[in-house]
Amino acid sequence: MPDHKKEKTMTINLENTIALVTGAAGGIGRAVCTTMTEAGAKVIATDIADKPGGLVAEAYYKHDVTSQDDWQKIADQIETDYGQLDALVNVAGLSIVVSIEETSLAEWRRVNSINVESILLSFHTMLPLLKKSGETRKGGASVVNFSSIAGQRGAAFNAAYCASKGAVKIFTKCAAIEFAALGYNIRVNSIHPGGVETPMLKSIIETYIDKGVVPSYEVAEAGIITDHPIGRLGVPEDMGGGVVYLCSESAAFVTGAELNIDGGFTSV
Amino acid sequence: MTNYGERAALVTGGLRGIGRGIAERLLAEGMQVYLVDIESDETAADLMQGIEGQATYLKLNVIEETEWQSVIGAIKSATGRLDCLVNNAGVDCVGPVEELTYESWRRIMSVNVDGVFLGIKTSAPLLAETGQTTPAGSSIINISSVMGKVGYIDTSAYNTSKGAVTLMSKAVGVEFATKRTPIRVNSLHPGFVQTPLLDTGMNRMVSEGLAEKPEDLKGMIAQATPMGRIAETSEIASGAWFLASDDSSYMTGSELVIDGGWTAQ
Repeated sequence: MPDHKKEKTMTINLENTIALVTGAAGGIGRAVCTTMTEAGAKVIATDIADKPGGLVAEAYYKHDVTSQDDWQKIADQIETDYGQLDALVNVAGLSIVVSIEETSLAEWRRVNSINVESILLSFHTMLPLLKKSGETRKGGASVVNFSSIAGQRGAAFNAAYCASKGAVKIFTKCAAIEFAALGYNIRVNSIHPGGVETPMLKSIIETYIDKGVVPSYEVAEAGIITDHPIGRLGVPEDMGGGVVYLCSESAAFVTGAELNIDGGFTSV
Repeated sequence: MTNYGERAALVTGGLRGIGRGIAERLLAEGMQVYLVDIESDETAADLMQGIEGQATYLKLNVIEETEWQSVIGAIKSATGRLDCLVNNAGVDCVGPVEELTYESWRRIMSVNVDGVFLGIKTSAPLLAETGQTTPAGSSIINISSVMGKVGYIDTSAYNTSKGAVTLMSKAVGVEFATKRTPIRVNSLHPGFVQTPLLDTGMNRMVSEGLAEKPEDLKGMIAQATPMGRIAETSEIASGAWFLASDDSSYMTGSELVIDGGWTAQ
């Protein structure tokens, strides 16, 4: 069978594209930076963590996505360096694994702050730069918000995350319609990955084991794979093609849409 | 680097509208393209101006299984492979549900649903064989519609047929994936697109006295679309290319919606 982890060559390109990717130190964010760069974009990467070794990007900034100040500083820097922003990819996110009864309000708010409020802050600070791109860029400026299959399907012990990703899904549609109505020429879409081999998934599985929900890592992983008809977990590299497509002129009529990259998870 | 020049695609309803747009995009990406449609060779030759000599035309009525077998056989003999099947051929049917004839209902189900089934059934062995040799497997793209996701007035038969295509895509996508048959299956959902099918529908509505001229109806549709306009066929074709390419390697059973925000409202 094909080697899905081998390096891919993008068939749709992102020449002359300035892109901002949050959560760039995580599994998916990092792969998105690499794929977008390979497709020709200049990528500004941000994360709350230190810059990871081997990250492929033009610039890297430390970024707490719940901080208006951090967002504004990065917007000012992009304004100075490039004068506009063509693609905003909101990847940064947090998942917690805990029963609803044991989910504290503080934890609930933290998840929603990182996963949902961050997108509001991204619009507050980046819209002027995105609007500028929308004035001239063929196919418009593009915002891609990472939701999840968890924004479309429920899961046990993951309510805060699922609820936040559901919020991302609908917030994305609202922004798409509002910006279209306002004539901004900024498209907004969500991507819904299935289970992806990332540090986040690993820690989720480990928490399930700690709580006694599953007996072992192997059993948990096999179970998750079974839920994906394609027969394997996603890898971060699987997400890049969808991001590049949505950020390119090829997706000029695509707004408010949900792109599932889930190996068939939500088809059953 | 991926060489799409070796790859072959079959596009049904390929002479006009979205099918033609998809054929042009796949040709531009270097693929070998087979167009099938219901027209005579003479009419097809007229309609193929601009891509004559690049794409190969084969006459096919999508509701005839034996014709499908001949077409797939011919492609297998000529290229030995099939990487992508685009089930695009479709007809519309407009009218209040209580006035639809059973005959017209069966006709649209036959073309829009049975045609897709027969396409998948007859081409699956060749697609599977070819898919063993490529990094992301072969790709079936079924052209559904936003009307395969949400209802509309006086389009119950079309809605029903496109809804069937949406779920057929998921069922077959899951079936192939689970059996490790290397064929991905996804549905593509255009909103309103500037095509001859749209013009035909608009003209019919004008003749029924629902509007003064087709432009008025198109204006109403554009206004009801958040992006404020109707799509060009090239904007649907670019999505089909994404699904045909290896860039969408982890996508199967998915819906790619290209509707200017129609279903986001």
